[in-house]
Amino acid sequence: MPTASKKKSKLKSNGTLRQAQGAVPKLKFNTGWEYAPAPESKAHIKLKDHYDLFINGKFVKPSSGKYFETINPATEEKIADIAEANAADVDKAAKAARTAYEKVWKKMPALERAKYIFRISRMIQERAREFAVIESMDGGKAIRESRDVDVPLAANHFFYYAGWADKLEYAFPGRVPKALGVAGQIIPWNFPLLMAAWKIAPALATGNTVILKPAETTPLTALKLAELIQESGLPDGVVNIITGFGNTGADIVNHPDIDKIAFTGSTEVGKIIQKAVAGTTKKLTLELGGKAANIIFEDAPLDQAVEGVINGIYFNQGHVCCAGSRLFVQESVYNVVLRKLKDRIETLIVGDPLDKNTDIGAINSKTQLETINKYINIGKKEGAEMYQSSCPIPGKGFFCRPTLFTNVAQSNRIAQEEIFGPVLAVQTFRTDEEVIEKANNTPYGLSAGVWTDKGSKIFNLTTKMRAGVVWANTYNKFDPTSPFGGYKESGYGREGGLHGLSAYLKI
Amino acid sequence: MEKTLDQTKTSFSTNGVGEKKAGKQRVEVLKTYKIYIGGQFPRTESGRYYIASNSKGDQLANVCLSSRKDFRDAVVAARAAFKGWSGRAAFNRGQVLYRIAEMLEGRKAQFIEELMKQDVSRTQAQKEVNVSIDRLLYYAGWCDKYQQLFGTVNPVASSHFNFSVPEPTGVIAAIASQDNSLIGLVSVIAQIITGGNTCIVLASETKPLCAISFAEVLNSSDVPGGVINILTGKPSELFSHFASHMDVNAVIYCGDDELIQKEMQQKAAGNVKRVLLYKDVNWLSDKGQSPYYILDTQEIKTTWHPIENIGGGSGGY
Repeated sequence: MPTASKKKSKLKSNGTLRQAQGAVPKLKFNTGWEYAPAPESKAHIKLKDHYDLFINGKFVKPSSGKYFETINPATEEKIADIAEANAADVDKAAKAARTAYEKVWKKMPALERAKYIFRISRMIQERAREFAVIESMDGGKAIRESRDVDVPLAANHFFYYAGWADKLEYAFPGRVPKALGVAGQIIPWNFPLLMAAWKIAPALATGNTVILKPAETTPLTALKLAELIQESGLPDGVVNIITGFGNTGADIVNHPDIDKIAFTGSTEVGKIIQKAVAGTTKKLTLELGGKAANIIFEDAPLDQAVEGVINGIYFNQGHVCCAGSRLFVQESVYNVVLRKLKDRIETLIVGDPLDKNTDIGAINSKTQLETINKYINIGKKEGAEMYQSSCPIPGKGFFCRPTLFTNVAQSNRIAQEEIFGPVLAVQTFRTDEEVIEKANNTPYGLSAGVWTDKGSKIFNLTTKMRAGVVWANTYNKFDPTSPFGGYKESGYGREGGLHGLSAYLKI
Repeated sequence: MEKTLDQTKTSFSTNGVGEKKAGKQRVEVLKTYKIYIGGQFPRTESGRYYIASNSKGDQLANVCLSSRKDFRDAVVAARAAFKGWSGRAAFNRGQVLYRIAEMLEGRKAQFIEELMKQDVSRTQAQKEVNVSIDRLLYYAGWCDKYQQLFGTVNPVASSHFNFSVPEPTGVIAAIASQDNSLIGLVSVIAQIITGGNTCIVLASETKPLCAISFAEVLNSSDVPGGVINILTGKPSELFSHFASHMDVNAVIYCGDDELIQKEMQQKAAGNVKRVLLYKDVNWLSDKGQSPYYILDTQEIKTTWHPIENIGGGSGGY
């Protein structure tokens, strides 16, 4: 739809709304004011043009000799060549991790172990800006988010778990918890550094050694973390970071001398991994996909709720497993919520991830952009009505305008399947029972949101949602002390908090 | 089927001594061992049966050879009962578990007799029944306590109130211990329902009598229909259906057959079921009970709510 005619029709529908709901002042966007570009400098960051595998405390060439490119999704330009690990490299990493576990890490007093983890946390804080810039360059994430969310949370996660190392017996009354040994960890591309922290910090605190594989589109911050770990003096082999594609991940999962697999990613791959470790003694935790319901009741503070919905689905371009991708609005406030939502979407700035004004950065990869566009087409074909911001998007790079669908049926694929992009499916409801039923009618169960001013209703809803994290009058908040993880097909095990310890312990 | 029962010359009796006798001896009323689904005692829909016998070769009963369809029916019943049972007050669940213990205490003699028929010595049978009653009591007490043990209030750095509590995983399908036919069954059921889950449990194939008598105890103990469903039959026939059913949230296998373990783990991946393998657990000992068994079929839910910062700060929502 051309932009001009859409604007016109929007005004028209607002006109009718005004009559129906009394005079509501309309936000004006055509004032001629524009944000001046405010790009974050790249001058201070240090990047090499190629990265090897971090095994046993050293950067080593991959045994295949193969490298792949990691690109900046906002410019489509190559940033660096990255080593591709094969089974032989995984074996080397597993041996290094095993030796480090048996010879060093297992024997080290817990408080000394803690000191290394505290040190890593401090060093991330020192280099926060460098990590934030690289995260935004490699993954397309808006700098505001990498700077204010990803990097500080990653540092805090190490700091939090460091403190647990010498206190584990207090976490499990009546039990003497023991480390598992070597943990193989596979992480996704949506929060590359943060997910590395979520995996490595609790594993080290509980006395395990680690082989971590970052995603192929976003390996840089994990490799920068490897450099940091090398400088921290952490004993060789305690953390090994190897890069590659799905095959490398499979080699980790299938390696016989790994005691624990922790995976964050799609439900589809999670099921393959669960199947692959069947019949072995490997302990498994999975943090998989989601299709969260974000529910607005008529008595909710609507402006805050709309902010929460925006944050729920457009945070990190919607590349969030716990994204509030299904919005349920109580019928009586549907019109006003939708108008506010559309107005708010119109103010979002899509563009250069390194610009501090940017709200929505680049889609992580070409493949992901294609997936998102496929779902947008499916949504239209299934008869849902699409609304997109009229904002300009850069000519180069992978970008997607914030999108919402109305007139969505429960059976529509855009209401059932995880899109992992800035696409919101809006549905309505009348009663509490109805929305509970609809919200839970999904194989996923990672998260949910509830917006209402009534306390008893909040607790009715938060207890009835079959989901691992429920945000009431807020959304997409994270903290190292707060356990995160799913019900049903969103996986099992928790990351964060006291509960996150048990994933890495024999209890 | 192997062979038909000649009821006139077998020891089908409730007192274990009623052999065939001529004359005016009263003819015993034999018990039909049926399965337990949704609070009812149907026969298997398959119409199949097998003969339970003991080591002396006494044929003890015709027992339902439950089918996949029976299991599916039981899952429907368990799912329907889940909302009500998980929504019960924890205190109330404790009272129901206590009531089961009361009922079992009152019918001890029957269970001892059944165990003895199935090759357990009198002393061992007495012990097993006593431990079973005590185990129900143990878990009755846990019903409103494990939440405080496993729940946390989390000191997040932002202005939010944040807490985590355990909630039931959902519908659990379990293959109970094949050896300790009563305590194995009671233990696994108790730990599941204490946490607010509902279940389908397959009893010991070779020693099924107690399981059905226990269903009768349940049926008179204020346990809502469908919360506990008990099937009899062959683990080898049913385990893969237990693991692959899409409306089951977790599977438990109490046994050491590695092929069954592996295949259950593989099939469970279809809907990311939690798989719990209890190998070498001595259910008769104190090792057979623990709040961590309750935790095995719990999910941790974390709830966030903003706290308003009065007088500055970064605002409420």
